[in-house]
Amino acid sequence: MSRFQCETTVNGVVSTVSVEPRTTLADFLRNYLHLKGTKVSCELQVCGTCTVLVDGDPVSSCSYLAVDVHGRDVLTIEGLADEGSLHPIQQAFIEHFAFQCGYCTPGFIMMAKALLEDSPHPSDDEVARYFEGNICRCTGYRPILEAVKSAARSMGGD
Amino acid sequence: MSLNAIGASRIRSDAVAKVTGQAAYANDLIPDNALHGWIVRSSRAHAGIIAVNADQARRMTGVHSVITADDLSDLFPRFGHIVADHPILAINKTLYFGEPVALIVAESRQLAYDAASTVSVVYEDLEPILSMGEALSPDAPAIHAESYMSGDHTFAQARRIEGTNVCHRAEVEWGDVDTVFSSDVAIVETRMRYPMLYAYAMEPYNATASFDGGVLDVTSTAQHPFQVREELSRIFGLPLSKVRVRVPFIGGGYGSKSYTKLEPLAAVGAWITGGIVSVALDVEGAIHTTRGDSADVWVRTAFEDDGTILAREFKVRLDTGAYADNGPLVLDKAVRRCLGPYRIPNARAHGEAIYTNTVPSSSYRGFGAPQGALAGEVNLDQAAVHLNIDPADLRRRNLIGVAGVVIPGLRPMDADLVADLDLLTSKLGDPSPSQKGRGVGFGCTASDAGAFPVSSAIVRVQSDGSATVLVGSTEMGQGSRTVLAQIAAERLGIDSMNIVVVQSDTALVPYERTTGASRTTTLEGLAVMRACDAALEQLTSIAKEHHGESGVDVEVRDGHVVSSAGSSTFAELIKTHFGSDQGEIVGYGLVRREGELEALPPFWEIGMSGVELEVDHETGEIEILHLVTVGDVGRAINPALVEGQDLGSATQGLGAALFEELIYDGPQLINPNMVDYRVPVMGDMPEAIDSLVVERGDGVGPGGAKGAGEAALNPIGGAVVAAFYRATGVWPTEIPLTPPKAWELMNPKPRVVD
Repeated sequence: MSRFQCETTVNGVVSTVSVEPRTTLADFLRNYLHLKGTKVSCELQVCGTCTVLVDGDPVSSCSYLAVDVHGRDVLTIEGLADEGSLHPIQQAFIEHFAFQCGYCTPGFIMMAKALLEDSPHPSDDEVARYFEGNICRCTGYRPILEAVKSAARSMGGD
Repeated sequence: MSLNAIGASRIRSDAVAKVTGQAAYANDLIPDNALHGWIVRSSRAHAGIIAVNADQARRMTGVHSVITADDLSDLFPRFGHIVADHPILAINKTLYFGEPVALIVAESRQLAYDAASTVSVVYEDLEPILSMGEALSPDAPAIHAESYMSGDHTFAQARRIEGTNVCHRAEVEWGDVDTVFSSDVAIVETRMRYPMLYAYAMEPYNATASFDGGVLDVTSTAQHPFQVREELSRIFGLPLSKVRVRVPFIGGGYGSKSYTKLEPLAAVGAWITGGIVSVALDVEGAIHTTRGDSADVWVRTAFEDDGTILAREFKVRLDTGAYADNGPLVLDKAVRRCLGPYRIPNARAHGEAIYTNTVPSSSYRGFGAPQGALAGEVNLDQAAVHLNIDPADLRRRNLIGVAGVVIPGLRPMDADLVADLDLLTSKLGDPSPSQKGRGVGFGCTASDAGAFPVSSAIVRVQSDGSATVLVGSTEMGQGSRTVLAQIAAERLGIDSMNIVVVQSDTALVPYERTTGASRTTTLEGLAVMRACDAALEQLTSIAKEHHGESGVDVEVRDGHVVSSAGSSTFAELIKTHFGSDQGEIVGYGLVRREGELEALPPFWEIGMSGVELEVDHETGEIEILHLVTVGDVGRAINPALVEGQDLGSATQGLGAALFEELIYDGPQLINPNMVDYRVPVMGDMPEAIDSLVVERGDGVGPGGAKGAGEAALNPIGGAVVAAFYRATGVWPTEIPLTPPKAWELMNPKPRVVD
C-alpha cells in the first residue's frame, strides 16, 4: 500500500511520519508517536473518548485521517499540562472526582478545553450541549459538569 | 496531622495519571513487536460448520496464522467457570451470530482485519432459537446436546435439564405459599419484561499473551485475574504458578469484564505462533462477547387489608444466551433478590436460565437484582393503588427490621431499612398519582452481596516508614486503590499519601477471588487491615525486644510504637531490627469464611432510590427532574467515592429504564454499536440530584463498612415505571420507556369495530 509523509506539529513538536492513507489520527498518535493518552472507544464519533484538538477545534481522532493533519497543529492530553503544573481543567477534574475508570477522561478534558475557549462562562445547558458527543459511563456526569464550571472560574470566568 | 484515612474524601491516588493521559490500560501496553489477532465471527445464529476456507488469508504476506478449533485438539478447548461449555473457537457448530470461528494472527491489526475478510465459512443451517419462548417450546431442539465439565463447587452448580434448553434452575421457598393464595385475600399480580443490556465499558475487551520460559503471561481487561488464571491453567494443562495474569487500570467493568473472555484466544494465538499476540476488540466485538440478562418476571403477592404481606411468589426467566458464562449465578442471585427486603411469611421464587442462540449473557451491575426488582417493586406500587395505601407506607409496614430474617439461613438484616426509606421519601415529592404529566417513583432492594469470602493482602512496611500494599483486587474506576490505602493508613497510623497499593498481578500479589459483588472495601479492606495488624505485631515485638520490656504495655499510636521506655518510629524499629538502613516488615492478612464472615452473604447491599419525572404527552419523551439515592454503606471510607458509585450506578439504571436495549431482529442484533444503542449523556441528567450517604457502622467491614456500587441502580427501573404511572395513569409492562413506547402507552391504538 502506498504511504504518505505526514508532517504534523503535535503538542508543539514537529513529527514527520510515513503512514498508510487509511491510518486514523488516533492510530497515528497512539502507535506511531506512542502518545497513548488518547483513547479509542466507539469508533463512530458518538462517544468523544478520542477527542483531540486540531488547530484548536475538537475532532474525533478515531475517524479522522492522519493524512488530514498534514501541516496542521494537534493538541492531545499529553500536551495540556505545563512543565510540572496541571492545567486548571485537569486540576478541577481531580478536585471534583470527575472521573472513575478514567478512560473517557482525556476526551472530556480536551473537549472542555475547546468549550472554555469558545465560551469562557458557559451555562449548564451550554456545557451539556457541548458534551452531547462525550459519553462517560462511570460518573453520572454531575461531577464533570461541576469540574468544568469550576475550571471556568479558575481560568478567569465568573 | 491528617492521615487521609477512613472518612476522608481524599483525592484519588490515580488522579494525576488519569487526567494527564499517563494511566496505562491493557490496550496501551501492547508491545510494539506484538502480533495482532482479528476474529472471524459467525454469520449464522445456529449452524453446523462444514469448512473454514482460509487459504487466501494464509497466503497473505504478514499473516502468521489462521487458527480454528481443529488446531486446538491438544488443549482443553473450552472455558466457563460454572459450566465449561464455551469453546475458545466454535467446535463443529456455531451457537450465535458473532461467535468466534477463527482467529487471524498477523503483523498488524489492519492486516489481520483484511485477512479475516477473505475467510469464508461453509455452514449447514440449523433452526435458530432466538427467544426464551421458542427455547422452552416442547418441540424445541436442545441447543447444547453434550454434557460439560463443571467448575468450582463454590460457584452455582448448574442444574441443567438434559434434553431441554434450561441451562440452570434455582428456587427458594419457605412457608406455605399455596394455602395463602387459595384463601380469600387480596392478591396482586404483575409481569414485567427487563431488556437485554450492554454494559458499555468504554475500553473494549482486550488481551495480550505470550509464553516466556514456559510461563503463560497474559495482560488483559479482566476484573478477576485469579479466575482467568484458573481457566488458562485448565486449557493449557499448566500449573497455576506458570500462568501469570496481569491487569492494569481497566476502562470500566461493571461486571461485564468478570471471568474469562478474550484471554484464551490471545493465549492460543501465542501458543501457535510463538509470538506475543494481542487481541483487541472494537465495541461491536465487545457486544458480541457478552451482555446482561434480559428477563421475564412474574410475581403475585397476597396481602391483608392493611397491606401486610402474607405471601409472595415469583417466576423468573433469564435469557442466558448461547453459553452459561456466569448466567447460573445471576439466576441464583435473581431468585433471592427478587423477593425484596420485606418480611414475607410464605415465599417461593422459581427461576430458570434459558439457553438461546444469542450473545452469551453474564454479570452486569446489579446481577439479577434489577430484573427481579422491576417486577417486584412495580407489584407493590400496583398493590398500593389496589389497597388504597400510600406506597411508602405499604413498604414501611413490610420492611425487614434491624437483625430481622431476610432469607432463612442467611445473614440477618444489617441495615435500618425504615430509616433509609424515610430519608429517601423525605427528599422526594408526593407520590400520589396526579396523571398530569409528572410523577414520583421509588423502590427498595436488598442484594446478598460480597460473594464468597476468600481475600488476602500483604502489607510491606518500608524502612522509611512508608508502606506498600499488595492485593488481587482490580482498579476499574471504583477507587479501590485509594480506599485500600486509606484503610491501611488508618490501621498503621501513617499518611495514606505515603502508601502505594499494587494490584492484580497473579505472580506478585496474594489471592483475591473476585472484584465484584461490591466486595472490595469490605472483604479486601478487612484483609488489608489484618495484614497491617500482622505487620504491627512484628513491629511491636521488635520494640519490646529493643526496649527490653517484654510484657510491658506497648502500643501503636500515630505511626509510632510507644512504651514507657519511649517512642520509636517504624523506620527506627526496622533499622534497629536489621542493623542496617534497609529492610522491611511484611504482614499478611487473610479473610475466609469464619467468625463474623461465617454467615453469608458478607453484607446486604441496600438499594433505595427514587425519581421524579415529567412525560411529554406530545412526544413520549421522559425527562428525569430529580434523582435521589440513599447509600447505606455502614461507613463511608471515602464519601466522595461512595457518592460517585451511587450516581454512576443510578445513571446506568436510568439508561436501562429510558433508552437501553439490545434488539434482535431475526438472528442478528440490529443495534450492536453506540449510535443505535443509546446510553445516557450529560443532557439527560436531572437538574436536582441528592446523593445521600448513611453511616451507621453496621457492616462487617473496616470501621463498620459495607459495600457500594450496585445498589443504587437496582430500584431505578421500578421507580421510573411507577412514576410514569403516576404521571399518566398507565402501567408499562416493560422497560426501556423510549419515547415511541411511552407515546404508544399514552395513546393506545383505537379498537377496530366491525
